[in-house]
Amino acid sequence: MCNHYFARCGSVTLMFVLGAGGLLPAPAVEPVTVAKAADTASQAETTGPVSGYAFLQKETQQMQDDDFLNPGMQWVEAGKEMFNTLQGENGKTCAACHGEDGSKLDPKRIAQYPVYSETLGKPVTLQNQVNACWTKRMGYHPLPYDTEGAIKLEVFVQNLARGEKVNVQTDGPMRPYYEKGRTIYQTRVGQLDMACSVCHDSNAGKKIRGNTLSQGQVNGYPAYRLQHGAVAGLHTTFNECYRLFRASEMPLGNDDYTALEVYVTARGNGLTIETPAVRF
Amino acid sequence: MRIRNFSTIVTLVLLGLIAGQVTAGSSADEGDAFVAWKAKDLTVPEPLAGLEGDPRRGRAVAITPAKGNCLACHAMPVAEQEFHGTVGPPLEGVASRYTEAQLRLLLVDMKQLNPTTLMPSFHRNPGELKRVAERYQGKTVLTAQEIEDVVAYLITLK
Ligand code: HEC
Ligand code: HEC
Repeated sequence: MCNHYFARCGSVTLMFVLGAGGLLPAPAVEPVTVAKAADTASQAETTGPVSGYAFLQKETQQMQDDDFLNPGMQWVEAGKEMFNTLQGENGKTCAACHGEDGSKLDPKRIAQYPVYSETLGKPVTLQNQVNACWTKRMGYHPLPYDTEGAIKLEVFVQNLARGEKVNVQTDGPMRPYYEKGRTIYQTRVGQLDMACSVCHDSNAGKKIRGNTLSQGQVNGYPAYRLQHGAVAGLHTTFNECYRLFRASEMPLGNDDYTALEVYVTARGNGLTIETPAVRF
Repeated sequence: MRIRNFSTIVTLVLLGLIAGQVTAGSSADEGDAFVAWKAKDLTVPEPLAGLEGDPRRGRAVAITPAKGNCLACHAMPVAEQEFHGTVGPPLEGVASRYTEAQLRLLLVDMKQLNPTTLMPSFHRNPGELKRVAERYQGKTVLTAQEIEDVVAYLITLK
């Protein structure tokens, strides 16, 4: 069994990230004879957010850029097929309400997810919304979070907003969830006692073994993950990062992960949506 | 494993901390118990549990991914492995920058020096940690012996 930390185990795709140089200059390192508690400022907050794309190797960028090479596009196509053809108990397809190929969906609205639901009194992720239509309007059994069918539908819908700017609400009723997400992001957990922030806030561009750390932006999700050979959802990636520092995982789709999704997505407000991104 | 300081051992056995370690030859399950250490002026002057480190073993611990995994973050004079990390400073020459007692503190708990550090605390009280994955619960990242071994290795990096 693999218990390496920071090595994503069983990966045959490490070569894709090896040698990927960060675009941000690595800050000079100081010795630690004196405590320096100061450097907590997030790069994303001080210099503006940078897409994970900027930290990829050129070949990986090219793979993402070309729809014929980008394996994520097959998932988008599969999602489109489900969207247009699957009929629930009521005989309706997604397309019956939202137009053939989602022509009636508003890309600007999609770019705002997660959004606050007045009915539920809490934020819903795009996948929650897709699943709500799937079960309530069409009468299917719920798709468990981040499973293949859910991801296919989500990646198809999110792809409709490719090129739009991420635009998550952080004030009003969303504020408490944004703040809860930030707290989770900054809370040290696990045997290695790390938080998302210690890797992704001020170390982007530096290397953990062969991996170049990015700012952990999510403007390309669901993303085609080279190490999985599949499109994977965001909550699955959260669990992978937690596994890296030997923390217990959380149930996919739970309220804490929704809050974390609100926070990490809003950190990237203004970035261009790239779904399906190609990532390590 | 050799024991340097008899009274420390007696104390620790009384505390029930290293029950497995006194029985000669037990090696498989001796390791994971947390051995309390005392920091003084940003150093840990006393070897953990009075143990003596071995630099050769220390080097192995340092470069083994499931153990120290120091290469993940630091460039080291370890030619046989590629892709050294760059989030921490290179370790070449650390022995001329730090004393043995400083290195020991920095290994057991870097957070005493820099609360926002990325470097894991390799031998911290597991009781202080949150949401530890089940298989690592109650265990330190490195054992007391491994800490002493790595310290012994680091002081060779002049
Ligand atoms: C020990 C270091 C470390 C910690 C701590 C960490 N991650 Fe990561 N994370 C990585 C590495 C390595 C990658 C792969 C390279 C990259 O994209 O940064 C990654 C990738 C990601 C990505 C994909 C980025 C993209 O562009 O597709 C997201 C999102 C992410 N992390 C979020 C998080 C969150 C949320 C947490 C806390 C639960 C977290 N990370 C904690 C190391 C870490
Ligand atoms: C996850 C990343 C990470 C790992 C793994 C790691 N370190 Fe570090 N280390 C750092 C960082 C970052 C610093 C810089 C100081 C700080 O952040 O406070 C550092 C600083 C140091 C220093 C002080 C160097 C100097 O010149 O000031 C030493 C010595 C050191 N580490 C030894 C080790 C050893 C030995 C191991 C393995 C047993 C190890 N580190 C594992 C991240 C790491």
